[in-house]
Amino acid sequence: MLELDKLVTLIHSTLADAIDIEWLVKLIEYVLIGVGFLALYAVLALILILLERKICAYFQCRLGPTRVGPWGLIQPIADMVKILLKEIIKIDKTDWILFKVAPFIVIMGSFCTFGALQFGKGICGVDFNVGLFYMIAISSLGVIGILLAGWASNNKYTLIGAMRSGAQLVSYELSAGIALLTMVVLSGSLQLSEIIEGQAKAWYIFQAPLPAFIAFIIYLIAGHAETNRGPFDLPEAESELTAGYHTEYSGIQFGFFYLAEYLNMFIIAGIATMVFLGGYQPFQINAEWAEGFNNIMAYIPTWAWFFGKVFGLILLSLWVRWTFPRLRIDQLLKLEWKILMPISLLNLLLMSVWVLIF
Amino acid sequence: MDNMQKYIQTLAPKAQFEEGGQYLTTTIEPDALRKVATGLKEKGFDYLMCLTGMDYKESLGVIYHISSSNPKEKETVIVLKTSTTNREEPAIPTVSDIWEIATYYEREAYDFYGIIFVNHPDMRRLFLREDWVGFPFRKDYVVNDEINPVPTKVPDPDDYEAVPSYSLNKEGKLVKKTKSLFENKDYIVNIGPQHPSTHGVLHLRTKLEGEIIKHIDPHFGYIHRGIEKMCESMTYPQMLYLTERLDYLCGTMNRHGLCMCIEKAAGIEVPARAQYIRTIFDELTRIASHLIGWACMCNDMGSITAFIYGMRDREKIMDIYEETAGGRLMVNYYVVGGVAQDIHPNFVNRVKEFIPYMRKMIEEYHTLFTHNPIAAGRMKDCGFLTKEQAVALGVTGPSGRASGWSCDVRKIAPYAAYDKVKFDEMLHQGGGTFDRYMIRLEEIEQSLRIIEQLIDNIPEGDCRAKVPAIIKLPAGEYYQRVENARGDFGVYINSTGDKNPYRVKFRSPCLSLVTALDPMCTEQKIADLIMISGSLDYVIPCIDR
Amino acid sequence: MEVKDIKIKSMKTEDFKDNEYLQQYIEELQKDGLNIATEKLDDLINWGRSNSVWPFTFATSCCGIEFMCVAAARHDFARFGWEVTRNSPRQADVIFVSGTITYKMAPVLKRLYDQMAEPKYVIAVGGCSISGGPFKESYHVVNGVDKIIPVDVYIPGCPPRPEAMLYGMMQLQRKIKLENFFKLPKKPNISNGQTEGGNK
Repeated sequence: MLELDKLVTLIHSTLADAIDIEWLVKLIEYVLIGVGFLALYAVLALILILLERKICAYFQCRLGPTRVGPWGLIQPIADMVKILLKEIIKIDKTDWILFKVAPFIVIMGSFCTFGALQFGKGICGVDFNVGLFYMIAISSLGVIGILLAGWASNNKYTLIGAMRSGAQLVSYELSAGIALLTMVVLSGSLQLSEIIEGQAKAWYIFQAPLPAFIAFIIYLIAGHAETNRGPFDLPEAESELTAGYHTEYSGIQFGFFYLAEYLNMFIIAGIATMVFLGGYQPFQINAEWAEGFNNIMAYIPTWAWFFGKVFGLILLSLWVRWTFPRLRIDQLLKLEWKILMPISLLNLLLMSVWVLIF
Repeated sequence: MDNMQKYIQTLAPKAQFEEGGQYLTTTIEPDALRKVATGLKEKGFDYLMCLTGMDYKESLGVIYHISSSNPKEKETVIVLKTSTTNREEPAIPTVSDIWEIATYYEREAYDFYGIIFVNHPDMRRLFLREDWVGFPFRKDYVVNDEINPVPTKVPDPDDYEAVPSYSLNKEGKLVKKTKSLFENKDYIVNIGPQHPSTHGVLHLRTKLEGEIIKHIDPHFGYIHRGIEKMCESMTYPQMLYLTERLDYLCGTMNRHGLCMCIEKAAGIEVPARAQYIRTIFDELTRIASHLIGWACMCNDMGSITAFIYGMRDREKIMDIYEETAGGRLMVNYYVVGGVAQDIHPNFVNRVKEFIPYMRKMIEEYHTLFTHNPIAAGRMKDCGFLTKEQAVALGVTGPSGRASGWSCDVRKIAPYAAYDKVKFDEMLHQGGGTFDRYMIRLEEIEQSLRIIEQLIDNIPEGDCRAKVPAIIKLPAGEYYQRVENARGDFGVYINSTGDKNPYRVKFRSPCLSLVTALDPMCTEQKIADLIMISGSLDYVIPCIDR
Repeated sequence: MEVKDIKIKSMKTEDFKDNEYLQQYIEELQKDGLNIATEKLDDLINWGRSNSVWPFTFATSCCGIEFMCVAAARHDFARFGWEVTRNSPRQADVIFVSGTITYKMAPVLKRLYDQMAEPKYVIAVGGCSISGGPFKESYHVVNGVDKIIPVDVYIPGCPPRPEAMLYGMMQLQRKIKLENFFKLPKKPNISNGQTEGGNK
């Protein structure tokens, strides 16, 4: 009833009725989708920024923004207005092409991944047959932007930040990838819509409780590390490297890094939701007595399920962010190469055996 | 003490001894200085407490306050004095190889008085810029903004690195040699002067290899306000207000030190009520200071929530201050002869409410941070300072006690009401970051214990002794130590009997803490440097004065 | 436009001091004639800027502790949306000069100010940065930070209470709300019987 896929079909049929030329219809639809995604991206970033500021304030016995709009709700909009009009400083002795390109690469990487998320039944930008592979691949582009930013700024702090980030992202990419691969073994497909459809009866985390749960935890840790947020915020470790790799950026260029950081948090939570928690699928109990319950659950629209799960995971990530102190670089790498990586490899084996047996 | 006097006499036959002073005071020739210093070090006087440059108008001199790290009796301090009449090229042999901390103290004396320490390895200025003209603490120095204008340019990094040193040639003339501190290919990162975690404007030139620190060269003076020089033109009560701004986190304790020094010199008897109130206030300040120290250390390690928790609980102490004294950070409560006004009627109740609250909160800190695996993993096995190093560098206070050095002035030379209360001097043997972290939280508990014993027993009576309107100290030298939240804080006053002091010197415990950074952080990572400096909990304005 | 038109949530114009100064400031601005067509846009821009002033973490001495108190639980300047303290001057909007500025620090502060991106504001916190404060007589203290960089708001005190800092920040918000985006930069020359805080 509240599903949005009908709206999508409605728009398509109206357009197709009104305009006869097929390519024009397609073009208009592409533009609409693009604009829609951009808007969603921006709005989500604003919501996430507010959410983080409010939640961290409550963790710290504070109130958070209260004075801009009711309960401070439009605080991020004020920030956006400010940051859009802030001067962009041109710095001498930088590699200026790379310096300018870097924030775009970072935001592009995160936006391209964003486009492949399945927000609800039938609401997604693209649905490749290798969707999951595409997401892993394209989300790693961001690290290039960070490395470029650190290098091009011609500043020792940014360089250290960039090097840390390179080491960190490349390492954690591995266990994140293997954790997802574990689930691909279970689902037998890389296409996101198929992965999600496979969870209609029960989410994957319940289908293979032990290996899926281990993979889920590993993915949460590794994904959290990939977003560069505490306790893994070494690349921008505020108390050590002033502002890390984006020390020299001002105005909207800095805004891009800022947005991408928040959206990456959303994307990681989104992937975890799709692969482990059934994406937009409602919570179902696979038993006869629970039919009424299942119907009620199914009544809640799919997009609400998706966003509900994603924000639940984001809350978890914020909780970790605002509780733990920062790791040191050697501890960070030790955690990945000596703990997470062997466990995830063993877990992959376990999952293969599990799939063979059950 | 008599045998020490004989011992010095054998080392330096020309030594002159002063009678009736607070400590055993000896004046010796510069030539005999190194012999006496080495002899004293052998006799166990391994802690150079304070080194003061002096301008006696006709001569320039240095005063050494030397103590032992392991005193057999109560407090053993020997004062050595030496001077030279040559004002153009005053040369005094260095003792930096005997007491390590003298490396920095002698640089300070050079900076203020232009006294050249022969064979000192690093004769740069400590506080002022290299292009500063003149030596501001000399009595004939004239403040002139045309000679020393507000600089407009940040100096070239190379200027920091030319290290001069002086030695005597065969004819007895000074020869200057210059060498470079770093090489061209070294990767040097400037941490500071404006950096979020240097706890003030400290400038650390750090040589890195990847993430690993190879050498740290600290630069001070970005907040050098010349407080000691200003004191020379102030009356004694006026000076009190500057002491709180030295180390603002233990303002009351510093002020306590100066008050006691003046009271001792002027022979003013402080009423018992004031002594009790002062002790309670000192301990409250210690708690507040340790809370900020804990909070900032957590913040340096990336845990912002812990930072806010510490600041939240500190506000309770600020409330107590405000009710009685009216001030928050600058309490401005102690005056010569007692305290400014009596305590507020609510004071006792509020303090009593605070004690159980604070105990509960320490439990929370342990849950939130101490038992956190990441925090514990980072703090353990990192940033060690041995007891020998601590003594050589004069690292006192919680950081010295974490290395196993029993250096609590409240125990060694009790003052105010400290001899009437029972408390433990917290000692750890490890000397690591975790020891320094824990010792602060343990000291908060001890402070609560002290307050608990005193709060119900504040005697009735005056809170302020009768003090003449104009305080004049009899001619002489006075030294007073107090234990502030960072260590052994000392006040040295040299009076000529006037209403202004002739020379004032504050012994800052924080300078030693910063100098300890280099031995502790070498071969550690940058992240550790930030954490270790958080665990040392220094306050830069206290160093720069 | 008049002073009473500057809206600050749950504060009345009479609650503020120095309204005459702001009135003079407005008149100075109006001499050049505000363009009516852009006024609404200006309002939006100024609303955004005044509500999202990110401070630079800068402190040299005592006042820095009170600045930390403003950020912490009891006083919490996050309510105003100011809690995003930036450690890089490039991303900060306002610098709280909290603490004494000495001769050695002065060029560093100037450089930090130059590194900030427009629009940038300066708040002089405490006696030391206003005039040298208790250290006025010293040979190594700059008597007033306005000798090096232009100051927007002065918050007196030694150190000022956290409430005073919040008040000073609201005064800065009022000042920002008068800006004319299409005619920046504009620093009117007003002598209000005190030292002039303009570009020197």
